[in-house]
Parts: sequence; structure tokens; C-alpha cells
Amino acid sequence: MSRWLLWLPLALFAIVAVFAARELRHPNDRTVYSAMNGEPVPNFALPPIVSGKPGLAIADLKTGQPRLLNVFASWCMPCIVEAPQLMKLKAQGIPIDAIAVRDTGPELAAFLARNGDPYARIGDDRDSRVQLALGSAGVPETFVIDGRGVVVKQHVGVISDDDVAALAKAWRDAR
Amino acid sequence: MIAETGLIALWLAATLALMQLALAALAVHRGDDTLAAAVRPVAIVQGALALLAMAALIRVFLTSDMSVALVVANSHSAKPWLYKFAGAWGNHEGSMLLWVTILGLAGAAVAALERRLAERTLTATLGAQAAIALGFYAFLLFASNPFARLFDPPADGQGLNPLLQDPGLAFHPPTLYAGYVGLSVAFSFAVGAMITRDVGPVFARAMRPWVLGAWIFLTLGITAGSYWAYYELGWGGWWFWDPVENASLMPWLAATALLHCVSVLATRDGLRAWTVMLAVVAFSMSMLGTFLVRSGILTSVHAFAVDPSRGTFILILLALYIGGALALFATRIGSVRAGTTFDPVSREGALVANNLLLSVILGVVLIGTFYPIVAASFGTQLSVGPPFFEKAAGPIALVLFAIMAAGPLLRWRRDDARALLKRMALPIAATALAAVSLIALAGPMTILALLGLALAAGLAVASVAPLFGRNLLRTPLFVYGMVVAHLGIAVSLAGMTASNAFTRETLVAATIGEPARVGPWRVVLRGIRPVIGDNWTALEGRLEVQRGEAPALLLKPQSRFFANPPTTTNESAILTAPDGQLYTVLGQSDARGRWQLRLWWKPWVTLIWFGGALIAFGGLLSIAGHALRDRRQKRRAIEAERAAAYREAWGA
Repeated sequence: MSRWLLWLPLALFAIVAVFAARELRHPNDRTVYSAMNGEPVPNFALPPIVSGKPGLAIADLKTGQPRLLNVFASWCMPCIVEAPQLMKLKAQGIPIDAIAVRDTGPELAAFLARNGDPYARIGDDRDSRVQLALGSAGVPETFVIDGRGVVVKQHVGVISDDDVAALAKAWRDAR
Repeated sequence: MIAETGLIALWLAATLALMQLALAALAVHRGDDTLAAAVRPVAIVQGALALLAMAALIRVFLTSDMSVALVVANSHSAKPWLYKFAGAWGNHEGSMLLWVTILGLAGAAVAALERRLAERTLTATLGAQAAIALGFYAFLLFASNPFARLFDPPADGQGLNPLLQDPGLAFHPPTLYAGYVGLSVAFSFAVGAMITRDVGPVFARAMRPWVLGAWIFLTLGITAGSYWAYYELGWGGWWFWDPVENASLMPWLAATALLHCVSVLATRDGLRAWTVMLAVVAFSMSMLGTFLVRSGILTSVHAFAVDPSRGTFILILLALYIGGALALFATRIGSVRAGTTFDPVSREGALVANNLLLSVILGVVLIGTFYPIVAASFGTQLSVGPPFFEKAAGPIALVLFAIMAAGPLLRWRRDDARALLKRMALPIAATALAAVSLIALAGPMTILALLGLALAAGLAVASVAPLFGRNLLRTPLFVYGMVVAHLGIAVSLAGMTASNAFTRETLVAATIGEPARVGPWRVVLRGIRPVIGDNWTALEGRLEVQRGEAPALLLKPQSRFFANPPTTTNESAILTAPDGQLYTVLGQSDARGRWQLRLWWKPWVTLIWFGGALIAFGGLLSIAGHALRDRRQKRRAIEAERAAAYREAWGA
């Protein structure tokens, strides 16, 4: 075994520790990512995934009325945390559509039964293709889209209680 | 005064830990035997004091002493006594005190019982153990004092998280912690042996019972935790790849690898560096688990106190211990002589392969668990879920099972591949037979499910194969241990794959008297009625369930309401049949008076936990087997000595 290889475990551990420390020091670092801001949503059409609920296509986002688009999955723990906030947004009369990433119908149905169902439409993005086209790297993520299908705000990560007002405002401003 | 007694005991224990560390360091540095002799009693008293502190905390919880802040935040006088008792560790401060108590007791046990290890290595080991304890005492005393008083005590407390009000969960943390702490002892042994450059078979034999013990507790803890999540969370799943679950799985994977390595080192004097490395990694994983759970750095369905300052404290401890041990490894392991060598096709070879595969799975789980943290540093918040873990770890696990089947049928040091194939004929035939009959009889399923079930059959046969052609009465107990543990893996694998592949789920809005179907079961909602418990009220559904022509049975799932704190939980009702479980959950009612029912039929799901219990039982047989053999060898040595003395005295 060569000498430097023996230090490899320590180096790997140090890297993990540095990242963990950074994350601890900025626990609430909620940067808003604007990669998609002002950009039109790319063309897509996704089939439905749960019975009784339509799928989602680009035309559904260009109805003249602004909407929220939530990228989520039933296997995503933060999405459970986020669910009550989405229900609050829905209660304010804001229409919400969703893209379900790498999910299955039964699991998604169980998730909605458990955590509430704020969605008007859910598209089945089985291999994350639309998610990636949207410039979204992970779940959950939420976009505010104006009536012409242009992204006006991208919210990365869980919608916390504090974020509800900001998202509702962005939706109202887009009208 | 009880709370103050506990606090004083904690301070004294911390002082003794400092003394233990200083004494051990001096003794090892100077090679002073008188100093070394003082380390053992200090370690024993330190353990006793930690136990006293824990006892004091349990006492304030049992008496619902509302002048203690921790009791107010986590207990309520109306709670059943079992949950007052368990409430002592059902919170952050209490669970950390439990951690350090088990740590102190383990150190005391090493000091009192260990006779095999060279005195100098033992002293270094106890020093390392004291260093670990010291960090956790500091954490308790400076960042999470469990005995803090309230100057204006309220009339009553806020209660325990209702999800934690379950007998299973009352004993889940102590089991898991015993496992984590057992690994801390293995870690201290490794550090001690690295300091005195004493890595060899004697060290491995001394370490083995601790690794085995820790591994048994971890196995039990994970199995029980999985069953708890299954029936208490009401989701009908048995594993969620949640960060908190992964936190217990990662040390188990490392401990499993370590366990097999330690055996090679103990019996064949091979794999020295690997064993030391795995001992360090295994404990690192339990510390990392503690960090994940206690810092709130990741989002988990298991709700725990979130506190970045405590997280920072644990991270610093982590850096000191793991960083220190890895640095020691890098500087010292070069001077540890390589052990004996072996052919690739040999029992050792299979064990190395098993170790590598376990390490890869560990890496997959580690990356999946920590990736969100690294991603967060780059400003992305995301979650890694079952699709990643199952796709990445599943295929590797199947290869691991195949090697696991072959390993025990291989000879030490060198074997012939063709002879192995002959010995593997029966397991391979069983795999093929299972695959063919599954395709013919069970209907369509995924490739992974088919492979899993067929491999489970082959693995089961291969597990008992080492007993073929042996005198069963003269077979050592630890061989039975291995057989039972491997069989347990096969049983669990069968349960996991079967329940995943064949589960049927029905979600209905039921009116009274209307039948629903799930799998072979017919379910009728007969009525809903209110029920009152110790500190909750509930709506209870009365479900008549029937399978074929068999008499109908009654299941009573509940939706429970707790007042302190106000929470609703779903108490699933589960019917266990010989070939699976019917799992029922009562949901909300709608405006038209229909009740939401979630029904699952999960064929063979119970095999998962039965297998887990078998695995742990195998570990127990193994410990007993090694202990018996050690005792027999010692007795034989004494007899031989006596005979020699006799011959000498009588000139025979």
C-alpha cells in the first residue's frame, strides 16, 4: 500500500466534515435561483399518473392565468414537510400543478391520501426529463409561472411557513 | 435534590474520565505499571457514576418532577408509567445521557473483565474509551444539561410526542445505543492496539465479543425499528431510506464487515490493516448517525430537536475522534506487519470480497444520505429517495448474497474452484428450481424480484450446507451461529422481495356495511365508535375481515387524538396470517359519512423481521460458542500444566 493512500480516508472525512460544517453555519440559507427567471417553460407533455387526475402539458400552463408548478415525489421526505404549506396556498385560491418525479401511481396516491392533495394536474415524469429541462436539480422545487408560460420565480427546496406569503405575492404580481 | 444528585454524579464521572485519560496516557508513555494498575478501578467508578446520573433522571421522570425543565418539555403527569420511564430517554438530553451511561458501563466492563489483552494495550484502550466519554460528558454538561431546573415550575408538563408512546419504541433507543456503544469499544481497542503496535490475533479475539455484541444489538434495533415504523407510522412500508434509518443501517453494514474481518484476524492472522480500518469506520458511522439525528441537518420524518449549535458541538467531537483515529491509522498502520497471505479462491478471499461489497453498499448509503448536505453547500436543496438507494444498492446486494452463499463452503487459505462448484451444486440447483417454479406458478414479476426470491432459496440451502456430513453433536456452537445468521439473511431477503413484489393495496371510501376487497380478503366496515384511553380519545373502526370460507375476524384500526400536545395518530390494525399480514388504517370521514380506509395485503412480510431475529440469534450463538471454546481451551491448558507438574514431581 503506498503511503499517500493511507491518508485518503482522513482526506475524504475532512471533505465531508467541511461540507457539514458549512451547512450548519448557514442552516437557513435560502438563495433564490433565477436560472429560469424570465424564461419560457420548455415544451413538454406528460401523461397522468394517478387515476382521476389529468396529466400536464405546456398548453395547461398558458391559459392566461398564473399558476404554481410544484416538482415533487412521494419518496421525498422534505415534500412531506412542505405539504401543509401547499395546502395553505391552495386555500388562498392559487392553482397548483405538479410534476411527479420518478414515481409510481399507487405510491403517489397513498402520498396524496396521507398529506393532502393541492394539485389540479399531475404529470408523470418517470425519468426526470422534464424536471431537468426545467433546470430543476432536486425535489421539492416550486415555480411561479405567469399566464403566458414564463417562469417569474423559482423556489428551490421546501416551502416553509415564511415562504408562503412570498410565493402568494409572486403569484398575485404575475396576474 | 434528586436532580442535583444526578448533576453532581455527572460532573464527578466527567472528572474521573479526565483522570482516566491522563493516567492511561502517562502510563503508556512511561511504561509505568503502577500507574496502569490505577486505570481499571477509575474506569469502573466512572461507569457507576454515569449509571447513578441516569438513575436520577429516570427517577425525576417517574415522579413527574415539574421543576426540571426536561420533564416539563417531555412528560405529563397523566401519562402511563411506562412512558414516563421511557420518557427519560425519549428526548435529546436524556438520550445523550443514556448514550454516555452505556459508554461508561461498557468501559467499566472492559476494565473489570478483559484478561486476554496485553496490559499496556488495555491501558491505551481504556484511555481511548475515556477520551470518547469525556467529549460526551462535556457535550451534556455544557450544551445539553438534562437536569436544568425551572425557577417557576408549571402545574404540568407538555407530554411526550405521541408517536413515541409505544412499548416498542420505549426500548428501541437503548437497544440501538448499546450497539453504537459496543462499536465505540471496538474503536477504542483499535486505537489502543495502534498506539502500542499490537494488532494481532490476541487483539482480535479480545475485540470479537464486543463487535459481535454490538452487531446483535444493532440487528435487533434495526429490526425492531423497522417493525415500529411499519405499524406505527401507518404507511404500510417497512423501510423508507430516511436519514434516521440510514443512520442505524450504516454502522450495521460496517459492523457486519468488521465482524467477518475480526474472525479472519483471530483465526488466520490476516487482514490486519482492514480490521483496524473497519473498527474506525464502524464507530465513525455510529457517531455520524448521532450527528445526523441530533443536528437537524437533514429533514427526516422522525421528528427530533433541531439545534445547529449542538450539531456544531457533535461535529467537533466527530472531527477530533474520527480525524484523530484516521491520522493515527495513516501514521501507524505502515509499521503493523502484514499478516499471513492467502489465495483469491479461499475463505479469506470470499470474506475480502464480502467486505468490499459491504463497503460499496455502505458508500452508496453514505453518499445518498450526505449528498443533500453537499448539494446544500452549492445552494440546492433536494432529497435522495428510495429510487436511488434501491437501484444503486440492490444489484450489489444480490452479488453479495451470491458470495455469501459460497463463502462458508470454501476452505481457508487455498481452495479449488472446481471443488467449490461441486459443493455449490445443491444451492445452485435450489436457485434454479425456485426460479423455474416462480416463473411457472407465481405470474409476472420484475427481474429483481425473481432474482431476489430465487437467490433467497439458494442462499437458504447454502447456509445450512456447512452442516452436511458433519457430526452435529460435535459441531462447535459458533458454526451453528454462522448457519443461523446466514439463514436469517435468506429469510429476510425472501420476505423483502415477496412483500415488495406481491403487495396489494386498496384505498376505499367505505360506507357502513359495504364490502371492499384486497388480495384474497373481503373487508366490511361494520361501524365506528369512540374509545377512551389513558391520555387519548379515539375513533375506532370495526372491520369484519374474511378470507374465502374461513370464519370472519374483527380488526379495530383507530384514529387517536392526544391532548398533550394536540396530535392525531393512526393506529393501524394488523392481522397476521401464516402467509402474510392484512394491514388496515382508518382515515378521515367525508361530508357524506363515508370513511377512508387503506387496506394492504402483504404476503410473507413477517419473514423480514423473523429473519432479523434469526440473524441476531445467530450472533448470540456465535458469542456463546466462542466463549465456550475459550473456556474449554483454558481448562485444557490448566490440566496439561497440572499433568506436567505431576509427571515432574513423581518422575514419571
